[in-house]
Amino acid sequence: MEHLILRVTTKILFAPILLFALYVQFHGDYGPGGGFQAGVIFSVAFILHALCFGLDATKRALPQNFLVVGMVVGFMLYAGTGVATMILGGNLLGYDALAPASTHHAGQHLGILLVEFGVGMAVASTMLTIFYHFAGREPEIDPKHW
Amino acid sequence: MNNDFVPTLTPIVLLDLSLLTMLIFVAFTMLKSRHLFAVAMLSGIYSLLSAAFFVSLDAVDVAFTEAAVGAGISSVLMLGAMLLTSRREKPVISNRAPVALAVVFAVGSVLFYATIDMPAFGDPNAPANVSIGQEYVERTPDEIAVPNIVTAVLASYRGFDTLGETMVIFTAGVAVMLLLGAGSVRGGKPVDDVPVGDPKDGE
Repeated sequence: MEHLILRVTTKILFAPILLFALYVQFHGDYGPGGGFQAGVIFSVAFILHALCFGLDATKRALPQNFLVVGMVVGFMLYAGTGVATMILGGNLLGYDALAPASTHHAGQHLGILLVEFGVGMAVASTMLTIFYHFAGREPEIDPKHW
Repeated sequence: MNNDFVPTLTPIVLLDLSLLTMLIFVAFTMLKSRHLFAVAMLSGIYSLLSAAFFVSLDAVDVAFTEAAVGAGISSVLMLGAMLLTSRREKPVISNRAPVALAVVFAVGSVLFYATIDMPAFGDPNAPANVSIGQEYVERTPDEIAVPNIVTAVLASYRGFDTLGETMVIFTAGVAVMLLLGAGSVRGGKPVDDVPVGDPKDGE
């Protein structure tokens, strides 16, 4: 059993990191943060998992195929919000068209929430894709190479 | 332009100066070091110091991004890239060093000369603080109604820019998949040849 402390620490930290990513994602309207940061933090949790338990275990937990879907869906969610506002009669990404009757800019809130979620999804999937491809090329690191 | 702002040496400015000094020190250490693992780690430290500097400039959103992307993901990707190459940089023997030094000093002195015309640090009348920035601050509560103005600018006022940024990231992911993934020459399989670096190097 190698690196026992690292394994235990990763198991304890994994879920809180994901939770923090979601907090950063959905609290972006009120404090620092947003889709880019949340996406990176989300992918960091899985990178930590891969560093401790090996890339194959992480790929079983979150396969590459899911990530491709995440990349496309994330980007399409952003672009689709823009198209939706155009269909509803506004400008591209003019979110007020989403709720024209609202007096407190509910359309803006909804639009920002949707596009930030799209950004988060696209960033998290892309970062993990890049990591999978870089890390997947090399056999296990021999400790004496450090 | 009525410019009666006089910058003072507050503790915050001293903190900024010490952070910038540490940034320069880290940068020179990175230049001198030939051990790529140390360089990758130092680049993470550089990003973390930059993040601290951005916090001191009240740019918490930028600091957050720098800490997450620069110090987090970039370090891991740098280490991943380092595994594909040697552990140590080959020493560069160049006889053109005096020319490079002269160019650096010339460009550096031009940049220093340009800073004389820049507004003083923290000047409330600086162009960045009076024109469009002020407008965003004044109009966001009425037009967007989200408390974080950075989010309002990023996702709503400049939503089209951010769409382009997301597209850039998406393209980067697709490019990496095409170059290293299932469509590449090796078909995404692990490389089974021995690492390039001499094992003795890493000690």
